[in-house]
Amino acid sequence: MSETHAETTRFVRTEMLAEQEPPITEKGIVKWIRENLFSGWLNVILTVLSLFVIYWVLAALVPWLANSVWTTGSLAECREVLAEKGLNSHGGACFSVITERWPQLIFGFYPPELYWRPIVAFVIFLLGIAPVLFQSMPRQALWGSLAAPFLVYWMIWGGSLWGPIITAAGFGVGALAFVFIGKAAGNILGTISAILLPILFWLFLTGPIVAGLSGAIPLEITKVESNDIGGFMLALIIGISGIILSLPLGILLALGRQSHLFIINKVSVAFIEVIRGVPLIVWLFTASLLLNYFLPPGTNFDLMLRVIIMVTLFASAYIAEVVRGGLAALPKGQYEAADALGLDYAKSMRLIILPQALKISIPGIVNTFIGLFKDTTLVVFIGLLDPIGLSNAIRATTEWNGIYWELFIFIGLMFFIFCYSMSRYSIFLEKKLQREHR
Amino acid sequence: MSELVTEREIDRSHMQVSDEVAIQITDMNKWYGAFHVLRDINLTVYRGERIVICGPSGSGKSTLIRCINRLEEHQAGQIVVDGTELSSDLKNIDKIRSEVGMCFQHFNLFPHLTILENCTLAPLWVRKTPKKEAEEIAMHYLEKVKIPEQADKYPGQLSGGQQQRVAIARSLCMRPRIMLFDEPTSALDPEMIKEVLDTMIELAEEGMTMLCVTHEMGFARQVANRVIFMDQGQIVEQNEPEEFFNNPQSDRTKLFLSQILGH
Repeated sequence: MSETHAETTRFVRTEMLAEQEPPITEKGIVKWIRENLFSGWLNVILTVLSLFVIYWVLAALVPWLANSVWTTGSLAECREVLAEKGLNSHGGACFSVITERWPQLIFGFYPPELYWRPIVAFVIFLLGIAPVLFQSMPRQALWGSLAAPFLVYWMIWGGSLWGPIITAAGFGVGALAFVFIGKAAGNILGTISAILLPILFWLFLTGPIVAGLSGAIPLEITKVESNDIGGFMLALIIGISGIILSLPLGILLALGRQSHLFIINKVSVAFIEVIRGVPLIVWLFTASLLLNYFLPPGTNFDLMLRVIIMVTLFASAYIAEVVRGGLAALPKGQYEAADALGLDYAKSMRLIILPQALKISIPGIVNTFIGLFKDTTLVVFIGLLDPIGLSNAIRATTEWNGIYWELFIFIGLMFFIFCYSMSRYSIFLEKKLQREHR
Repeated sequence: MSELVTEREIDRSHMQVSDEVAIQITDMNKWYGAFHVLRDINLTVYRGERIVICGPSGSGKSTLIRCINRLEEHQAGQIVVDGTELSSDLKNIDKIRSEVGMCFQHFNLFPHLTILENCTLAPLWVRKTPKKEAEEIAMHYLEKVKIPEQADKYPGQLSGGQQQRVAIARSLCMRPRIMLFDEPTSALDPEMIKEVLDTMIELAEEGMTMLCVTHEMGFARQVANRVIFMDQGQIVEQNEPEEFFNNPQSDRTKLFLSQILGH
């Protein structure tokens, strides 16, 4: 019946067609391969070439990794093991340098019987940073985050617990000064006293108080000198301190650069341009060599502390510029709406402007952090034993003289893990804060 | 444009204008650099008055109302709002701003906060209202502008008209005694203009003191008890709406009205 209708211009469908499977070339893996790998003669050539290159790399790399030796005590022993397997000295990797020097690569020359302390410190750090990174955690946990830096310091460097406690109390003095003097004498005096009083407290009161309290109740654990700290522990201490300290400083500098107050504006601009305009390595040399000339004789200003300060200042100049970009991207209406509701400068920044500007700046900020973390390897030039410095030291020993790839692959992999985690966290945060199209 | 406004009769009997002065502007001048934007402005607004300010673009009408809550600074003359003079004293400025509500052409809601948080923010942080009470106030005003069901959404998920109504509710949460509207419907589609104007009419009926920069002449006819025409930074003519529209005095006003009502 349908045939007769098909021959005329009038047409009535008498039965509906059932759904059919698409042809094999239009679905699944076959479709994907056709579209992505063999869609034209040029792509066919490129695909074949790429496959060849991948094969060539893997053919060299896989046996090298598969035949790797993990248990020998020196490069010579490792090569013997390889020779027994009938391989030449480059036939397999000698990762035994990692296993044998593992504690050193991680802790530097930290006393081996105290290795538990940096590990505890790292756990405290993770517990402290978690509520800051993930908003789903209970907000009360942030009080713990405030205490974490002091505990971490005590765990790593040791000494009397009173030192970190009284140092923390200095911040308490500042907070009290801000609240009470701010209420009594206005915001500006409050802010100034909140900065000055803690500094005076640290300079003149901390020493005697700590000495007194330690005399009464000694809460001492073995002291460890900064010189003994090295390896990834050093990279992490410098990197994480720099990251945590440079963010607030960078935000303040960005706000300062936006400020209409002449002096604050010019000081911020000068600071940012000078710090950013000079290579980090120059600042590190300044920290290690020049500062000693300027400081009063006899002061022992820890080199690691000097490096942390320099790295922080350097990164904060970059953060400031990234945040300034975020501030500039906000429509003027946001500032006006905040003003029109009667919010003062501090509140409008904290509640309206910065949450939005920082959200825009997340990729740039994390980019700066990743750069900072990798730049910690530059401290090798001023004699600190970061992973690169240690790898040089290890390669200078008779056991491991002549080893390159295994150490650098390991160091590269460790840095990659940390940097990639930061990158993933940045993406997680951006997605979480996405408000426009939800 | 006038047909967009609701046709229902407005009961003007509530709209009593008292003798109490809400805003007093005396010999006010403002410059942008060398450009003289506002020239010798004198204006007294009484409590409960609803004033519509119109005029060609660049005539300084937005700048005028933005001077009232110090979004713009004036260089000469005096502005007294609710008995407080606007000077460079930050305390006075914050006090005036918390008592004067403002709605903008582009709404300027805070996109990172929910509708409810947008509304509770200022009461919580400026007025120090307890959270629960602030949320009750916010829901009250969101119901008033007829979008309580959107409270937990973000501004980006709302239509333009809804956003502008939220912006009005956000201002009202501060319980302002004066409301400023800076072209509140200029960025909206025609159907949305109506819902926003309805909200504003309701507000006027309750006796809110309102200064409104707008081109909605129907709204002006219906709600205003005074229409001000500005050109080149000066007040050229002001009158009651009937007189203003039916019997404009200056040539400049006649030309403007013929252009805006002519089609």
